[in-house]
Amino acid sequence: MDKPIIQINNMSKTYQLGGETVHALNNVSLEINKGEFLAIIGPSGSGKSTLMNMLGCLDHPDQGSYLLDGKEIGKMTDNQLAAIRNQKIGFIFQNFNLLSKLTALENVELPLIYAGASAGERHKRAMDSLNKVGLKERAGHLPAQLSGGQQQRVAIARALAGQPAILLADEPTGALDSKTSKEILKLMQQLNELGHTIILITHDLEIAKQAKRMVSIQDGELQENGGALLGDFAIY
Amino acid sequence: MLFLGILQSIKMAFKSIRSNKLRSVLTMLGIIIGVSSVIILVSIAQGSSKNITSQINQLGKNLLTVNTYSTDLELTDDTISQLGKLSGVKAVSPIVSGRVNVRKDRTTSQVSVIGTNASYSDVRDTKVSRGRFITDLDIEYRQKIAVLGSETAETFFGVNNPVGEYIQLNGNSYKVVGVLASKGSSLGQSGDNVVIVPLSTGQLLAGSTSISTVYLQGKSESQMNFVMNEVKMKLAALFPGKSNDYGVTNQQDVMDTMSSVTNTMTMLLGGIASISLLVGGIGIMNIMLVSVSERTKEIGIRKAIGAKRKDILLQFLIESVVLSAMGGMIGILLGLGCGKMVSTFMNMSISFSAPVILYSFLFSLIVGVVFGVFPANKASKLNPIQALRSGA
Ligand SMILES: Nc1ncnc2c1ncn2[C@@H]1O[C@H](COP(=O)(O)OP(=O)(O)OP(=O)(O)O)[C@@H](O)[C@H]1O
Ligand SMILES: [Mg+2]
Repeated sequence: MDKPIIQINNMSKTYQLGGETVHALNNVSLEINKGEFLAIIGPSGSGKSTLMNMLGCLDHPDQGSYLLDGKEIGKMTDNQLAAIRNQKIGFIFQNFNLLSKLTALENVELPLIYAGASAGERHKRAMDSLNKVGLKERAGHLPAQLSGGQQQRVAIARALAGQPAILLADEPTGALDSKTSKEILKLMQQLNELGHTIILITHDLEIAKQAKRMVSIQDGELQENGGALLGDFAIY
Repeated sequence: MLFLGILQSIKMAFKSIRSNKLRSVLTMLGIIIGVSSVIILVSIAQGSSKNITSQINQLGKNLLTVNTYSTDLELTDDTISQLGKLSGVKAVSPIVSGRVNVRKDRTTSQVSVIGTNASYSDVRDTKVSRGRFITDLDIEYRQKIAVLGSETAETFFGVNNPVGEYIQLNGNSYKVVGVLASKGSSLGQSGDNVVIVPLSTGQLLAGSTSISTVYLQGKSESQMNFVMNEVKMKLAALFPGKSNDYGVTNQQDVMDTMSSVTNTMTMLLGGIASISLLVGGIGIMNIMLVSVSERTKEIGIRKAIGAKRKDILLQFLIESVVLSAMGGMIGILLGLGCGKMVSTFMNMSISFSAPVILYSFLFSLIVGVVFGVFPANKASKLNPIQALRSGA
């Protein structure tokens, strides 16, 4: 097996909240290999989104190192991070985060615009992406004209469009009913089978179980496989 | 790639402007009013300036006037012919003037009379519309002939042709040989209510041979200062020590004074209108700031999927420039339209000039850039995490 695509070593992030120090991430180390389907599970406020921001190169850690595809992220400028996000990472958010004034197709084209692709290539790749999530026919629809599940599919298509190494999903089913959630999860499993590396963040054990590997996080501390903590999560 | 980005940004800018039509129009209103008022006010100022220039030119081209203020100093035929021989002088026209009682049948009126020579017609740019002007032969033979101003002709003859008819000047019968073309009133002086007679005859009518005014026409406009000096030196040589008793005025000086006045007026009006353009720019900045805070989430999403600072900066900057450019364009059309209306309904002369239209448009673009930079910069600096967290 070749080198892990993500290597996090002793990463910490603290926030000051009214004199109180919150350890959103406490000495976290994590390795993720290419093609993995990893679930990160933890209760609210445990540091999941903070970890996702780090993995997604949206934020700098206070301490520790982050190697993405063998490159140290910590020392990069904002512009370099933007380029990394554009090329290596596809974001899938809880509330879809589509641009409401753009059509499904235009939303999916967006990362390709920032990648500098030509109009023709943009269109072709965006249509391919929409096809993968089964929404080719809805290309011209505005987000408001789509159901929640369809919107999340468009968001997944957008994440796929730039053919990134990693798909990062933060509570992708949080705003969906259970039936639609299952469909989205199924889609993610299919994408994983096609070779995409997927990191799924959730507080729902049932959803986390769909992944091939699970880590749990509580009070900023990470544990492989959930371990003893697993039982506590049953309530979430 | 940069070019593609700009095209894409312009498209996106139009999209967001269209999606908020009312607000965009209200934002543009400041620029529209600014640009159109610059165009209207400056056109009116330039129109009246042109009007004044042409009125002054009507008095005669390249005109120098020699006046005497004292009865001790007489401009004799000899002096006048010496002035006429100066190298820069093309023509000389001495005049005697006064007022006479004009009568024709039962109509009588006091009219100003000018006794002069044949050159007067050229020097003062006074052409006849009917008949002929005075000739030098008329002066020699002291002919009792008269050329009537168009208004005088109308007063005494109505629509009839006065040429060949007779009128009484101070009780003596004069034959009308010509009628002047109408010049309209220039600078408050009506040039149309006048009787022109040969110089010699005029001297009889006025009861005095003294000539107090001589008009000189220079050969070319560029030489007027030189001609002026020439005339002054000649007069100084002819009348040593009497420089206070006569004066030489240059048509150009009058024109320069007038044009400096109208230029000041143009600048003033343009300046006042430009202030409204600035105010329009502040309006754009205001709306762009609102737009940035409304679209925090959008900015966060764009940044998360790979937009760099310059991409966001460009997007918002182009949006404000597109707004101001559209406002500028509408302002130009409105300004031209309103200018036309002012000139037709209020009977004002108006003069549109391409540079003014271009400058005011460029100014509106600059306003868009200057007032767009601050909000755009603010947008580009947003932290993507904070932006994504925001509720909107
Ligand atoms: N920008 C911030 N400023 C201050 N504190 C923050 C900030 N972001 C996160 N935190 C704190 O860090 C801790 C972890 O937050 P985080 O958003 O990562 O939790 P989470 O696991 O994603 O929770 P949830 O399941 O509710 O989304 C929380 O205690 C939170 O209050
Ligand atoms: Mg979270």
